[in-house]
Amino acid sequence: MERFITQANLERLAQALAEKSSVLAPVASGGTTTFRRLRPGMQLDFSRMAVISPKDATFPRNETLLTVQRYPEESGKRLELKEHLPEGEIVVIGCRPCGARGKLIFDPVYETETIKDPYYIRRRDGATFITLACARPETTCFCHSVGSGPADETGSDILLTAVEGGFVAKAVTDKGEQLLGDSLFEDAGAKAEEAAANHAKARELMGEAHDYASAAKKLLERFDDMDFWQMQSAKCISCGACTYMCPTCYCFNITDDEAGLTSRRLRSWDNCMSHTFTLEGSGHNPRATKAHRLKNRVGHKFSYYPDLHQGHIACCGCGRCIKQCPAGVDIRQVVMAAQEHVDER
Amino acid sequence: MSQLEELKAAIRGHLDSLDCVIGWEEGYDPLHATPLFIHTEADLDRLNISPLAVHNLATYATGFKGTKIGIVVRGCHSRSIIELLTEKLIERDEVVLFGLCCDGVVSQRKIRAALPADPGFVEAVEIGADELEITIAGEKTTLKVQDVLADKCRICAYPDPLLADVLIGEKHAERPNDVGLACQDDFEAKSGAEKLAFWQDTMSRCIRCYACRNVCPMCVCQDYCIAGSRDPLWMSQENTPAENFMFQMIHVSHLTGRCTECGECERACPVDIPLMLLRRYMNKQVREVFGHQAGITLDKTPPLLTFQVEEARIKERDW
Repeated sequence: MERFITQANLERLAQALAEKSSVLAPVASGGTTTFRRLRPGMQLDFSRMAVISPKDATFPRNETLLTVQRYPEESGKRLELKEHLPEGEIVVIGCRPCGARGKLIFDPVYETETIKDPYYIRRRDGATFITLACARPETTCFCHSVGSGPADETGSDILLTAVEGGFVAKAVTDKGEQLLGDSLFEDAGAKAEEAAANHAKARELMGEAHDYASAAKKLLERFDDMDFWQMQSAKCISCGACTYMCPTCYCFNITDDEAGLTSRRLRSWDNCMSHTFTLEGSGHNPRATKAHRLKNRVGHKFSYYPDLHQGHIACCGCGRCIKQCPAGVDIRQVVMAAQEHVDER
Repeated sequence: MSQLEELKAAIRGHLDSLDCVIGWEEGYDPLHATPLFIHTEADLDRLNISPLAVHNLATYATGFKGTKIGIVVRGCHSRSIIELLTEKLIERDEVVLFGLCCDGVVSQRKIRAALPADPGFVEAVEIGADELEITIAGEKTTLKVQDVLADKCRICAYPDPLLADVLIGEKHAERPNDVGLACQDDFEAKSGAEKLAFWQDTMSRCIRCYACRNVCPMCVCQDYCIAGSRDPLWMSQENTPAENFMFQMIHVSHLTGRCTECGECERACPVDIPLMLLRRYMNKQVREVFGHQAGITLDKTPPLLTFQVEEARIKERDW
């Protein structure tokens, strides 16, 4: 089903949805555009891809897993644990196809036959993604090289495409179809064709895709070549901008915040570029240097994950890690360097 | 000979005796540069010192201890090197400094604001003597470098390296070193409530990626930073404006009398948090209380790395 909605009505819809559930949308503030919880008066900013990915909706940067209450011995009670499962629904409006698709990388990890992450599953099931197709690629975009494209519907409930006067909205799931029943939507008419033409134009602007087929094997071949990884990681400053911006990075950390007799168990995003990543209690770290750690980030996305999960590359090609890297580390170049590497030994 | 050619010749002369020389090259698109680690003549060909080459390469210096490297430094970057030397964090005979007399570098934020479309769509950039001609979707926009200069360059008192083994370019006339002191008076004049509201909103964007910390040439204990310590657990990992601001207060406190105002923290922040507001305020206090500016000379110890029984400007006995 395809319908049409004006920009003004889309803003109205967003505000109406925000009254019933949480809405995460790109909002401009302080010279940047990030996903924020939509509040009355906030303007949506669709002019650029939000700096931070929409990952927060299904995998928040920080969440309380449980709280612990201890009691003084004389009270007879000892310990009380309270689980904090996420409640309520969330609607993401205006993410790009890469962000909506990127979150699917989580599923084979957080919902398997033996392991189910109830926090993630609840959030995922309570989330609706109203995605905006991209009209043209940025210099850092490479979604078409990792099996996607500027109008990819995968992972979205509705796909919006900018056309004259507003957006064509296409329902991708039943959830999306229900939303399109709202009276703010109109008949799409001939605008559906305009949307299709815009999709084709955007794809054409992306140019030829790079072939990552050999990446998994070639990266493994470089596994013990620390000279290679030292060269690739020389300019990395070991911060977490790449991983925290990434729609597909799913590593987390757990810490206990204690205060007297109460404590909270927090889960927060972890970052494989950090010195403390996989730092063991003994003080040993199997990934001791930034070269080891960059190898992990790139290898995980383009080699180890695809090997485990039917060849799916764990990168959605959004380019945030490139664009937001303070030192300009380009993951495309690193993978390509491994693919093109000629052993001189 | 152009500055670039002069610099290349100077580096070429040292390349054999150095592990590498750190400069810049064009990055992932024509509007962005990236650090370049020069090992060979072929690497040297890629060297680029345009106003887009912004990174303070002094931040890599401590990572090369025990080897000998070359670093290309602008005026403010040389101050970071001086501070690192003063604090004995690097050895003088382990770095060769290729100094550039600097006319300033760009702010990508200002370029973004000045362009009619998102700079992410950039197709080509022509770098002229004092202009950038930027092509986006076939349309050309010409920006004067002066109009998109980083704030730090507008108030720069030391455009020429204060320490260099090779100096490239012509020295500027001496500038007063207090040009920047009043640059954020507007912000500082705001009421406490206004500032609180500003920081609460701004810090809600912070994702604690620590780009500000890791890009800082003076933040040398990053691997053992209290922000990541588990035991003791100094800081909650909770991502609230209060916790985020707490981290920034710790960061700026640890830079007291050490920050050389290179502006890298603010440049590196992926969510555009104006961290220099905190840095400049702290530096102003240090100048008032200790009469000290970091990274100017090699013979002064940063005020918090030493102590006087009676500080000249702190009247302890007047209360």
